[in-house]
Amino acid sequence: MAGGDELKVLGVWTSPYVIRVRVALNLKSLPYEYVEENLGSKSALLLASNPVHKTVPVLLHGGRPVNESQVILQYIDEVYAGTGIPSLLPADPYDRAVARFWAAYVDDKVGSAWQGMLFTCTTEEERAEAVARAVAALETLEGAFEVCSKGKAFFGGDAIGFVDVVLGGYLGWFGAVDKMIGCRLIDPARTPLLARWEERFRAAEAAQGVVPDDADKMLEFLPTILAWINAPKSK
Amino acid sequence: MAEKGVKVFGMWASPMVIRVEWALQLKGVTYEYIDEDLGNKSDALLRHNPLTKKVPVLLHDGKPIAESAIIVEYIDEVWKDGYPIMPADPYERAQARFWAKYADEKCNAAIYPVFTATGEAQSKVVHEAQQCLKTLEKALEGKKFFGGDAFGYLDVIVGWYAHWLPIIEEVSGASVVTEEELPLMKAWFDRILAVDVVKETLPPRDKLLALNKARREQLLSA
Repeated sequence: MAGGDELKVLGVWTSPYVIRVRVALNLKSLPYEYVEENLGSKSALLLASNPVHKTVPVLLHGGRPVNESQVILQYIDEVYAGTGIPSLLPADPYDRAVARFWAAYVDDKVGSAWQGMLFTCTTEEERAEAVARAVAALETLEGAFEVCSKGKAFFGGDAIGFVDVVLGGYLGWFGAVDKMIGCRLIDPARTPLLARWEERFRAAEAAQGVVPDDADKMLEFLPTILAWINAPKSK
Repeated sequence: MAEKGVKVFGMWASPMVIRVEWALQLKGVTYEYIDEDLGNKSDALLRHNPLTKKVPVLLHDGKPIAESAIIVEYIDEVWKDGYPIMPADPYERAQARFWAKYADEKCNAAIYPVFTATGEAQSKVVHEAQQCLKTLEKALEGKKFFGGDAFGYLDVIVGWYAHWLPIIEEVSGASVVTEEELPLMKAWFDRILAVDVVKETLPPRDKLLALNKARREQLLSA
């Protein structure tokens, strides 16, 4: 097959959607080439690989692009499966549906609030409102964690799973927002299970070097992202 | 002891619900259909989907699942020896899921304004809806269905356009899916409407038209 089996990820180091893909690849011990994109000046490869959305992450497998992070996660899970290879989604169809449901919820509620608190809010009131929405969603996810984990370490049980990587992708930014607003989004007093989950996720080998832990560095990068978002649109 | 069997909580005019019915019928699964009054939701619906309280909800042996696209994949996985809904190849599956997300997020958002737009504003929203659908139409090139030769996952997800879009066009006086602008999609509409499970489940056109006319009037006068 032309292009072989090589894996390449086009990304931005702060993107929750990119981070989750990289954690997943690490979980499966899959080597890949990582390309840091400048979204203010998108590469020809990015534009050719994701003409519809022109955004990251893009997974290239043997040169063929897969786009949309949750689609990428499922693709990786399906292609790289078998004895001894950790699986993101559980085997049972009902458990898979539950995991997909919560993953969709995370991106819908946490994701939209995250965008609001960092990129689209124009006043501190708007930021606070977005933070409140994120906190409410996290409180719901605390309950979901209790049900999904069945007393184990992760949403996926003993091992990191689909919902874990989807939510875990946001942790880098949560650290930065915590610094910005002076309190924690995942507050141990409010969501103790998620607080302990966060520690375990951050400590996982698959997260090292991929889940940002330097809040200052992220906050320094924020103006770059805002400039990309607010740049006048080109055709 | 959990009740055995399959139940669908739905609403007769909902395109999201019809996806679930298509999937079940493709697999030959018998199910009980519970038609909800969305203005007065049943206790059962609220108990089975407390988070969003929306239809469709699938109840399988007492266990609930919400979100139509998720339900369709569940049905395909449980009744895996029946009609294949998802493509077999992982890359094809990724394409199907990508376009399903695109349709649900971008196209639906572009179509809705057509329903309510009037006068000069209408041509702008019609154009945007057409642009969105033209992008989606690329996934149909060289194929009878999005699934290839056979009706598949992406057809289940967006097939509702074939029945609902002409009604939206009639109600709003707009022309979206035309021979000139979207020839592949127009031809695909005819094929969708000829599929057995589609024919057997579509809500009656006149009833759906009347409902949408009334809803549009209500929205415009608000």
